[in-house]
Amino acid sequence: MQKSRILFSGTKLVAAVALAGAVAGTAHAADPKRGGTLTIVDTANPRHFNAAVQSGVATMVPGAQLFATLLRLDGQFKTHPYLATDWKIADDGLSVTLNLRKGAKFHDGHDITSADVAFSLKANRDNHPFKAMFAPLQEVETPTPNQVVLRLKQPHPALMLALTAPLSAIIPKHVYGDGQNIKKHPRNTKDVVGSGPFRLAAFKRREHIILERNDNYFMEGPYLDKIVMQNFGQVASQIIAMEQGKADMMHWSSSSRTLARLKKSKNLTVTSDHYVAIGPNNWIAFNLKQKQLSDVRVRQAIAYAVDRNFVTKALHGGFSKPSTGPIVPGTPYYTDAVELYDVDLAKANKILDDAGYGKGGDGMRFTLKVDYLPAAAIDENQKAIAEYLKPQLKKIGINVVVRVSPDFPTWSNYVRNWDFDMTMDVPFNWGDPVIGVHRTYLSNNIKKGVIWSNTQNYANSEVDAILAKAGVELDLDKRKGHYAKFQKILARDLPVYPVNVIAYHTVFNNKAVSGVPDTVWGTAHPLDRIYKLK
Amino acid sequence: MANISIIVVKRILNAAALILAVVILNFLLIHIAPGDIVDTIAGEMGGISPELIAEIRADYGLDKPLYEQLGLYVLRILQGDLGHSFFYDTPVVTLIWDALPQTLLLVITALSLALVIGTIFGVIAARRPNGAFSHLITVLALVGFSAPVFWTGIMFLIAFASFFPLFPPAGMAAPDLQPGSLDYYLDVLHHMVLPVLTLALIYLAFYSRLSRASMLDVLGSDYVRTARAKGLSERVVVYKHALRNALIPIVTIAGLQFAQVLSGAVLVEAVFTWPGLGTLALEAILRRDGPTILGILFFSSVVVVIFNLLTDLTYNLIDPRIRLGSKE
Repeated sequence: MQKSRILFSGTKLVAAVALAGAVAGTAHAADPKRGGTLTIVDTANPRHFNAAVQSGVATMVPGAQLFATLLRLDGQFKTHPYLATDWKIADDGLSVTLNLRKGAKFHDGHDITSADVAFSLKANRDNHPFKAMFAPLQEVETPTPNQVVLRLKQPHPALMLALTAPLSAIIPKHVYGDGQNIKKHPRNTKDVVGSGPFRLAAFKRREHIILERNDNYFMEGPYLDKIVMQNFGQVASQIIAMEQGKADMMHWSSSSRTLARLKKSKNLTVTSDHYVAIGPNNWIAFNLKQKQLSDVRVRQAIAYAVDRNFVTKALHGGFSKPSTGPIVPGTPYYTDAVELYDVDLAKANKILDDAGYGKGGDGMRFTLKVDYLPAAAIDENQKAIAEYLKPQLKKIGINVVVRVSPDFPTWSNYVRNWDFDMTMDVPFNWGDPVIGVHRTYLSNNIKKGVIWSNTQNYANSEVDAILAKAGVELDLDKRKGHYAKFQKILARDLPVYPVNVIAYHTVFNNKAVSGVPDTVWGTAHPLDRIYKLK
Repeated sequence: MANISIIVVKRILNAAALILAVVILNFLLIHIAPGDIVDTIAGEMGGISPELIAEIRADYGLDKPLYEQLGLYVLRILQGDLGHSFFYDTPVVTLIWDALPQTLLLVITALSLALVIGTIFGVIAARRPNGAFSHLITVLALVGFSAPVFWTGIMFLIAFASFFPLFPPAGMAAPDLQPGSLDYYLDVLHHMVLPVLTLALIYLAFYSRLSRASMLDVLGSDYVRTARAKGLSERVVVYKHALRNALIPIVTIAGLQFAQVLSGAVLVEAVFTWPGLGTLALEAILRRDGPTILGILFFSSVVVVIFNLLTDLTYNLIDPRIRLGSKE
């Protein structure tokens, strides 16, 4: 990957010009046609659409259609202009100047000005659950209606990614700046005003979302007249709808059985390698407060016993990929130059013997509980692996008891209160390590009661120091160096043992649809280049 | 008869006390379940900060002691306010009101179909209790009643939505149709077929067995023999004399079942993504959306209590032997 293709290459001017047909994230750009309705089936049931203050896939996908952002990403983590036409990062990294597109308007006809941008970014900083995205943002200056200057407390290499859909959203100040609590604003679900390629035509909770073409969109497209997102609670119903051509697209799908079945249909294309920035890292987390698991040798022995290839090839039918560390493969800071723990049961047994965990009369050394996150859509990543651990770890004398939680709050309640030995879990990378990775390992993020904090109770001052440096390092190569070191240490310390990355797929009817986005954010990206073939 | 109004008032007070007890019990039960709405919100957002956790808890009053939360809730219920859904930030009354018609449509259609067809099946079977049709009904009833409804539903899905794609697999109507138009109603009808069939199958099994047994009972009674002895045609004996009496237990049971209508459709709604009260309740439980669960439970317990009250009062009017409040 070229240096200049990465989003934040040091202090260079990373301005780019949008060229029609060569714009971010489109699989086919030839002869797009106007018109038609795209029907998507999913289980999305958003609380609301305001992506400036709410994360989560259910909000992000429609949010990216309703609200434009300053920048957008393509399939290679390269930044492209969106509401901002060009941008410049100051040499000291403490400010970023962005020029806004002239003549861009909100759905209600108001001009989009620097005041709206300042309002939106501050709303994002103060309300969005991913605090790390805009925490260093001190002030947003608005020298002219078409220019903003972001003043930062410290250099912030994750900033440019945080400015892309779906992590932020430019929302109109004249609508959301009326003093009401923005997280509960009535316009988050009704009469939503953004500036994205589509406007909200109808939202029937638990049933459907209908988006209509924004005729005054400030960029090329959109080609579709309408997007209908139908909530089909059962995957079986989604499959039937896809097979019979009643729906055009299904997204965020990872079940190997579903994908293998849909792949057989010649009208359906199953994509892969999208959604890389989401980075769902499926791992076994260890509670370092637990007696045996506080011993790194026990964690390493478990790592030598777990077969990632068995999981990805046999359990997931080749639809997922092995994960080797805290940062998922395919992202700019990933390295596989770490201890990979290829399966070696003899070695695992020897480590445990040497560490003094002798086998009892029944051949067992000790017992560990394993929990898993209960969600039908990812059962083969969570439940199936938890169950696989039972016979597999028996081979090294560890008796595993699978504890079943009936629903997400039950599991979350155990894990966030540190009431677990091992648990399957799947935190997301969210594009930049500062946003989705640091939180699991920083010792100052050991916060009882908070899910997806450092619930493992892992504390390593060397890791803390490396992450502190990597979080503010603007030079790409230096930053990569920090993260390479970090990944090496993590592979040794193993507060979690990453097993695989859940690969999200988009499935679409290739006789009906073209231009499906192949960006790192999958369909949580403006669908302004997608079009119907008939 | 003079003290009947006192008895009615007593009954209503009893019912109110019962509902209050149900509210308190439900409230406590939900708080025993591990985790709360913060878990759900954090889960759907993919992360949360301690500040946001504190804000949500304070916002929804979850930071107050349990007795205070309960007191506030009961006070609000007394004012007729079911509160706001944590997850949707919408009044619970609105959520229930939006979902109720869909459930009623589904259940009443299934129940009526089952009642009519089941009774007819039962009568035909009772006329030749050892005939082939009678045995067929017995087997059908056994299967229909014992097969789990979600399994039947999925089998129907595979058969009639996938293998023979005659019906849509989920939902209530195509989203782009205008509610109120003829096309919309036809589409709803089309979407209804599989869930109604699935649900009706259980009731059908039940009513055909009930009506067969009830008919057999009545057909063996003296007055039917007398009717036959008078030389009346078999048709008149069965449908005019016997069926009338045989219907009494069926109607009673149907009336009682109506009270359970709201809970009957949860699984069927889940299988077919039918946007009714059942799926709303299921989602609310999985999400720990306290006010929504409590609202639905409150609503259904009120319905059950009212139906029981009406049944009691009706008995009192029809049958002097079941005088309310009588000491004998």
